[in-house]
Parts: sequence; C-alpha cells; structure tokens
Amino acid sequence: MTTTETVRPAGAVPIDATVVDWDAVRADFPLLGRTVRGGRPLVYLDSAATSQKPNVVLEAEVDFYEQRNAAVHRGAHQLAEEATEAFEEARESVAALVGADAGELVWTPGATAAINLVAYALSNATAGRGGAAAERFRLAPGDEIVVTEAEHHANLVPWQELCARTGAVLRWFGVDDEGRIDVSDPASVITDRTRVVAFGHVSNVTGAVAPVAEFVAAARRVGALTVLDACQSVPHLPVDLHALGVDFAAFSAHKMLGPTGVGVLYGRRELLEAMPPVTTGGSMVEVVTMDSTTYAPPPQRFEAGTQMVAQAVGMGVAARWLAELGMDAVAAHERALAAELVKIAEIPGVRVIGPADARDRLAVVSFVVDGVHAHDVSQVLDDQGIAVRVGHHCAQPLHRRFGVAATARASASVYTTVEEIAAFREALAGVRAFFGVED
Amino acid sequence: MSALEQMYQQVILDHAKHPHGRGLVEAGDPATGHRSGESHQVNPTCGDEITLRVDVRTDAEGTTVAGVSWEGQGCSISQASASVMTELVTGQDLAGIARLDAVFHDLMASRGKGLDDDEALDALGDASAFTGVSQYPARIKCALLGWAALKDSLARSGALAS
Repeated sequence: MTTTETVRPAGAVPIDATVVDWDAVRADFPLLGRTVRGGRPLVYLDSAATSQKPNVVLEAEVDFYEQRNAAVHRGAHQLAEEATEAFEEARESVAALVGADAGELVWTPGATAAINLVAYALSNATAGRGGAAAERFRLAPGDEIVVTEAEHHANLVPWQELCARTGAVLRWFGVDDEGRIDVSDPASVITDRTRVVAFGHVSNVTGAVAPVAEFVAAARRVGALTVLDACQSVPHLPVDLHALGVDFAAFSAHKMLGPTGVGVLYGRRELLEAMPPVTTGGSMVEVVTMDSTTYAPPPQRFEAGTQMVAQAVGMGVAARWLAELGMDAVAAHERALAAELVKIAEIPGVRVIGPADARDRLAVVSFVVDGVHAHDVSQVLDDQGIAVRVGHHCAQPLHRRFGVAATARASASVYTTVEEIAAFREALAGVRAFFGVED
Repeated sequence: MSALEQMYQQVILDHAKHPHGRGLVEAGDPATGHRSGESHQVNPTCGDEITLRVDVRTDAEGTTVAGVSWEGQGCSISQASASVMTELVTGQDLAGIARLDAVFHDLMASRGKGLDDDEALDALGDASAFTGVSQYPARIKCALLGWAALKDSLARSGALAS
C-alpha cells in the first residue's frame, strides 16, 4: 500500500498521535469532501453508527472485482487461486490487528450475525448436535447467561432468544449514574450456574470502556464462556484478544473503515473446533452422502455458501491501514477528540449521558438538551451540515435506565477534526434559542 | 425562509408547547350513544410513543368524533401534529376524518411541494403547516404518529364497522 507513505515519514514508527499527519489521513476519505444541505461542508459525527471509507478500501474492492474475482476455496484455475489467496490474506490482516490467529476468525455478515452464530451453536449443542465434543456448550434449564444493562440489542436479544429456547435464565449487571458497569460484586451476578458472560467492550451510547479483566476473571472462576462485543473498540483502541483472554469476540468491518456486509467472529481455536455448525450447506462440509454429512474444520465449518469475498478483502485492507497508522496513535488522537466532545456538558441545558470526563471513555458522547427532543436537536444540527445520530442507538434498556426515550449522539473516528467538534459545539449552543427554550 | 424554518413554523412550535388534547379523558356514556377506542403507537426508530383515546358518538344524525385525547412523548413535530389533528377532527363525521387523513398523507408524501388542491389544503387548517416536514423523509413518521393512533383507535372502537 503506497497510500500510507503519505501518512507518515518512511521508517517512522508512530508512538503518539503527533507523529501522524491527520490532515493527510482525512484527505484519504473522499466522501468527507462533499457538502450537504445547500452547500454546507459535511461534519460527520456518526462514526459509531458506521465509519466512512478510505480510498484504499474502495480501491481494494474495485481491484478485486476488476482483477481477481472468482469463487474461493474451489476451482483450480488461476483466478480461483488468486481470489482464495486474497480472501485468506485478508483474514490474516484482520487477525494481526486484533492479536488473533487467522484460523480463529470466521467471516460473518457482521457482528450481529457473529453473536447469533455463537448463540445458535450453543442452541444446536443443547439439541444434541456436535457429539461429545460439543457437550461443554450444552445448556440446561436454570443455567444462567449474563449480560449488562449497557448492551446494544445485538448483544442482548440473541441471548434472550437462547434463554427462551433452552430454559436458561438471563441475568445482568446494572450501570451506575455515569453509565459505567458496576462490577464491585461480580459474584452477585456471575454464579456457579453462569455459562456465558456476554458484554460490550465499549458502550455505543456512553463510550465507557468495560472492565474486561474483571469480567474474564469472574467468568473463568465459574467456567463460563466470555463473549466480547468489540464493535466499538476494534476501530479505536489497540485490541489484543489473546491478551484479553476472552473466548469469543465479534466486530464488524463497516465501523472500522471497511465495507458493509462483512464482520468477524473470533473464537479460541479449541472452542471453534468443538462447536457444531449453524448455517449449513456448501463449502462447510467434508463428506456428504444421502444419509449424513461430516463437517470441515473451523473456520470453514462456519462459512457456508458463497462468501462476501470482495468485502472481506476490503476489511483486510482496512485492518492493515489501521495497523500501519498504529492503534496507539489512533487511540491517542481520539482521546483528544473525546476530551473536545465532552466539553458539550458546559453548554447550558446540555446533559451528557455517560462519563462526564474523558477517563476510560472513547469519543462517543450521547446527550440530551433540556426542553428539546433529540430529533429536533439533530434537525437543527443537520441544517448546519452536522450529522449526529438520534434515538435509542439500539440500546433501549440503557436509555430506560437513564429515564430518557431518546438521546442524540456525536461520535468521532480517525478523520474527525477538533475544528469539526468546535463547529458542533457552537451549533449545539444555539439549539435551545431556536426552539425558544429558556433556562 | 430556510427549509428548517419551513419545517418548524411558529404554528407548529406553538402547538408543541401548548398541545391540544393532551391528557387522557374518559369517553362518554355508552347509554347515550358513545363508544371509545384506544391505541398505543410507537415510532421504533426514536422511541416516541402516543396513547390516544377516541370518543365516538352515534345519534340520529350519524356518527361523529366527540372527543380525542392523548398522552405521550416525542419530538415537537409529533406532539404538534397530534395537537393539530385533535382540533381538526373533533366534531367531524367518519367520512370527513377519512378524507382529512388521506389529504394529510398526500401532503406528507409531497416531498416539500405541498398540494395543488387548494380546497383540500384549506380543509387541513393548521395541519397544512406541516408541508415543510415532508421535505425530510426521516421526520414524516413523526407527523403521522398521531394520525396512525387515531385510525387504529377508531377501528378498535368498532365505529368503522357499523
């Protein structure tokens, strides 16, 4: 990739955010150059919903279709070889970014599909599939699955459904008034009956970073599986899944500068090997007769049907691009952006939902404006070209916890600038006046 | 006037601040020809909700809506629209309400262009101020939330069947 050469001097290893030319990084995102709402420059503060894509990712997809498009893992012609190589190289690139081995990554259509894959594999094991190896995944009525009140629906509803299918019971950790998960007494929630502990690494609402080590230690004490929703952490923090010690993790490409339609399930190798398949069909089998079928080893066992190859290739390029920027540099850059974002708490009438300071939180800030509904807030911001998310951000229980139906949310990524956040704060300060709301 | 000002016209902001029909009211006595229906509607994209109760009265002259009351939470567009609708449909017969509902839906589908039919637009009264909302596809649902609750509560009252 030649693009990254423009990002930092050849040979330099970025140790902090100042080493990277962030203006050059931003210039790599063509969409950020467009205008909206009658010629206003776009201020895109909705990266927690989906990130924009750098040229290298767009070009990688085009290049795949123009030069190497073929079905992977089948066919002996040259294109099939090249497509397979690109597909598997992408897996290696993503694995390298998150401290995993390539064989521990399963391509999925996204993080939601990845979490559902684990839930349905447990369900299938409970139904007796997978033989003796899968016995460790079987759930019995009264077994417990633990989540938190801060979860995105994608890491909550699949577990509710798994409980409904198996008779397991859902339990959860609450959050404090700053939106941080209360793990002061983990044994009160994680018990001898706990079989799964599923939690988000970083809240998509509050930006708070979860105490992963505490969760993993408590789960290990009782032999429970850990499932990490890493959607909001992998694009923004150095993440080493082996060092974190989680059993499973899920994240999607589109939030980490990659394409839509592709994501990853990470599973520790021995777990993936023991897990029964979920989606069945072509490409995931060994021997098929009219009576029975044996299954391929992981990760192919979980990749039935024609895969999203071009998107996977794009995700691999996004992962390499982030790795070359350096995730430490990215994290330092975005820490500064988070500090700029939380300054909105100083605006009269603006209340931040989540940690008020920049400690252990990322550049995702949800807020309410007294006397003005979130939808109306975002409409005024949008009129000035500023894109924020509104609603419950797929986390209704967390919003209920804070007594609000909807919040507005501003979130940053590598390409966000301090000037954009200043423009956002200025526009936000004018919202209450527009609606005639006084202190 | 900017697109934003077209959407948030003063009449809409006034209705949002001082909405008509807010606070559920008991329907009239069935012995005197009243029947009631209630509907709970949610906008799943933003979590806005409304519970609306309709009081329908049937007498020798026909069937009319004697009263509309509601409670809920939502953005200024959804609150103002429910308020304007309450004023508009109270006292109207069912055929008149069906016409207003159709015209308002047409207006919301107009992508900011409004309606050519001046007579229809006049019939909408304050509801014609919502033309600006139709420029914003994401907000049309907000304006229609109360209307959806009215239609459903009328159906639940049994008045549409008779």
